[in-house]
Amino acid sequence: MTKLVQYPSGAYVLERDAYSTPVLETYHLGIDFGGLSAVNNFNIIVGPTEISGLIGPNGAGKTTVFNLLTKVYQPSKGTILVNGHDTSKMTTVDVNKAGVARTFQNIRLFEKMSVIDNVKVAMNNSMHYNPLSAIFRTPKYYREEKRIHQKALELLDIFNMSDLANTEAGSLPYGAQRRLEIVRALATKPSLLLLDEPAAGMNPNETKELMATIRNIRDKFNIAIILIEHDMSLVMNICEGIAVLNYGRIIAKGTPKDIQNNPVVIEAYLGKPEKED
Amino acid sequence: MAFLSYLINGMGLGSVYAIIALGYTMVYGIAKMLNFAHGDVIMIGAYTAFYCLTMFKLSTFTSIIISVVVCTILGIIIEKFAYKPLRKASSLSVLITAIGISYFLQNLAQILFGTDPKVFPELMRNSTFSLFKGQLTLSYKTLLTIIACILIMIFLTIFVNKTKTGKAMRACSQDKEAAQLMGINVDNTISITFAIGSGLAAIAAVLLCITYSTFTPTLGSMPGIKAFTAAVFGGIGSIPGAFVGGLLLGIIETLTKAYLSTQLSDAIVFMVLIIVLLIKPSGLLGKRIHEKV
Amino acid sequence: MEKMFKKIFDKKHISRTVSYLIVIVGYIIIQLMMNTVGIKNLFKSLLVPTCCYIVAALSLNLVVGVSGELSLGHSGFMSVGAFAGILVSGLLEPYLAMGWLRLLIAMLVGGVIAGIVGLLISIPVLKLQGDYLAIVTLAFCQIIKSLLNNIYLGVDNNGLHFSFVQNKVVLSNGGRMLLSGPMGATATTRLATFTAGFLLILFALLIIYNLTYSRFGRTIMAARDNRIAAESVGIHIRNTKMLAFVISAILAGMSGALFGLNYSTLQPAKFDFNLSILILVYVVLGGLGNMTGTIFATIILYVLPELLRGLQDYRMLIYSMILILIMLVTNNQSLKEKVEALILKIKTRFLKKGSVAND
Repeated sequence: MTKLVQYPSGAYVLERDAYSTPVLETYHLGIDFGGLSAVNNFNIIVGPTEISGLIGPNGAGKTTVFNLLTKVYQPSKGTILVNGHDTSKMTTVDVNKAGVARTFQNIRLFEKMSVIDNVKVAMNNSMHYNPLSAIFRTPKYYREEKRIHQKALELLDIFNMSDLANTEAGSLPYGAQRRLEIVRALATKPSLLLLDEPAAGMNPNETKELMATIRNIRDKFNIAIILIEHDMSLVMNICEGIAVLNYGRIIAKGTPKDIQNNPVVIEAYLGKPEKED
Repeated sequence: MAFLSYLINGMGLGSVYAIIALGYTMVYGIAKMLNFAHGDVIMIGAYTAFYCLTMFKLSTFTSIIISVVVCTILGIIIEKFAYKPLRKASSLSVLITAIGISYFLQNLAQILFGTDPKVFPELMRNSTFSLFKGQLTLSYKTLLTIIACILIMIFLTIFVNKTKTGKAMRACSQDKEAAQLMGINVDNTISITFAIGSGLAAIAAVLLCITYSTFTPTLGSMPGIKAFTAAVFGGIGSIPGAFVGGLLLGIIETLTKAYLSTQLSDAIVFMVLIIVLLIKPSGLLGKRIHEKV
Repeated sequence: MEKMFKKIFDKKHISRTVSYLIVIVGYIIIQLMMNTVGIKNLFKSLLVPTCCYIVAALSLNLVVGVSGELSLGHSGFMSVGAFAGILVSGLLEPYLAMGWLRLLIAMLVGGVIAGIVGLLISIPVLKLQGDYLAIVTLAFCQIIKSLLNNIYLGVDNNGLHFSFVQNKVVLSNGGRMLLSGPMGATATTRLATFTAGFLLILFALLIIYNLTYSRFGRTIMAARDNRIAAESVGIHIRNTKMLAFVISAILAGMSGALFGLNYSTLQPAKFDFNLSILILVYVVLGGLGNMTGTIFATIILYVLPELLRGLQDYRMLIYSMILILIMLVTNNQSLKEKVEALILKIKTRFLKKGSVAND
């Protein structure tokens, strides 16, 4: 049974992660859109091997949190630490280099490029040759391209996609596109993976497969995962810690069991039970 | 006093730019395309007015009306045959088609009207008047241009905000599919926008000809580029933006020519445009569109 | 048949081989013709400009097709390259007799200077997006033209003499004006050759293809396909696009230098907005990102108006009509189908006739 330890900020972390540097910490994180506060006082701590869930009704601000964490939006207030480093001066690119990778709610692949090229793009920052090397095709170019090709194939193989390597990404079936997005994110060697509704549009069988995949990713790559999801069976099955967001605020935090029985959460999802006259 | 006179002359020039820029900006706002043929519609407007006045000896007013009608019809024809089939095509394909239309109109004009410059008849005899005991001399042409521009602006603002068609235009410019679902005839609305833009081109043509007095089949090119710049300057897609952008461009151009350098005026005007865009990346009055993530 | 063709042209390395082959075979055929049957002077005079336009179009395709940014100011870089090249060649003339070496140096310098200008321009340009980016490239092109229109530069025994806006250059005996404002370069020694043009095309193809099929090409295309996703996997959009922009400027500069050294006089006004548009038309009709198509489109669209010269005034009218028709037919589904049906009809009729004749 997973146990949680509470931090002074009110955030919880898994017992087994309590003595290592958290991969993600947010303090009083918030953003306003033209006076409207979309996310407010968002505090979480995620340990280095935790699978956690971010749930809440539509429009609660879940994706906005991801956009804040990856600096697609600049936070209006609060701090974000990634592996202990302050990200306040970082851009999306820097945050990725610091170890955060993500997928998108509406799939964002490089559609006109092949599957393997999608992965290779994500591996770009681990490649070392300059434009002149590329233009004049020096031995270094060949060496590096060969190495990255091998690595990309290996990664695709883990997800049973190596035979699709040369297919155009945009022409893949929906489920495969979602998988490719995860592979691409992993190719940047993150320590924290953010999955935005990974099971959206999947049938129950595919969802089951996805659950196994997510667990596998955590065990194989030894990373933390936060996922936004509406499929409660998936969330309750694989998440070790869950935060519930409503109107931009965290209204509940805890283990799946705590959340399932929390009256505040039930109210947020189903509305207040009407009093009988 | 000299400064004031330059300023007012600049506003005159700027008014012409603004009227042309309105044509660009309205079409861009609704069809999301850079209508490069707009400058050449102006040229056709100029020739129409010229032949009405000289060959058919019509009155100034009738000539302008005929010119407006011709340009409006031309705009509708261009839209129907060249742009409408490309509604779903990439914006670059539409751009190249617009360039094709522009070449076509220019070369057609060269064949029909010849390449020699034509002298536009003098429409106003008593052309200047003085203010402040003769210290400030202004021409009626300039004043007329500015007034025309302001009237057009007022008319358009009322039209776009108050009438049904205007509201349909605004709806289409925001979301064509939603507009269609609300029962708006998107195709007709786009045609009307082209018609209005082209009609304005005819007015701009007459004003340009009054200002410069001679013209050729390439009349529309340079004012076209300048007005296009003005539209971007003010925030492309925005009607008040085109007005402000046009006026400012005209003023900047006139003042640079007066105080800095005639030869370098173009360089300076475009430099100002670049600086403005760097500070406000979507123009002075344009709205920044955020991509939803 | 058509499907087979599509397959051949879809495979990326095959399209690369085809590009190189076409250029080499084309060169050999033209050289053979020149040495045996001979070709008309009109066509001879078109050879070098065609090569220049091909290189300019290829380099523009790197920005518009591969990198996905609309540039309306490509002629500006050609212009910078052209006048830098003319200057270098003019200055070296007394010291370096070998024409080809002077041409090579002029092209390299033209390319480098255009590249530097491209780098400087790309800093503000790439802060913008979409049509705003396009208009700023146009603005820079106008600024370059305007500045070059005002440069007066002469050389005599006492060295270089320079003045801006007004011609104050006074030269001692034997001095030469290299640039005279709106008149541009006059009395340039013509060094450009068809072979140089051919080699430049090969060089441009080498750079563009090798860059495209490398990690840089991948990031450039990723930034084009999905900016936000590219950033999320650590791709620095601006640096990536800048690389495409600068390389494109360098190649355009080199083509400009070759172009400039093909004429004894050249005015800055030659490199105006219309030239930028002309090159853009080659790129779009050739296909975005399609280098072989760009080569064909440039040859056909540049040579076509010359072939129509017999029609005199009507040639540009016909050209513009063809341009509009091509855009309509290639981009409108129903028109496309109609034209395809028509072609099929003609084909079957011809085939029938052929079979009847065979009987």
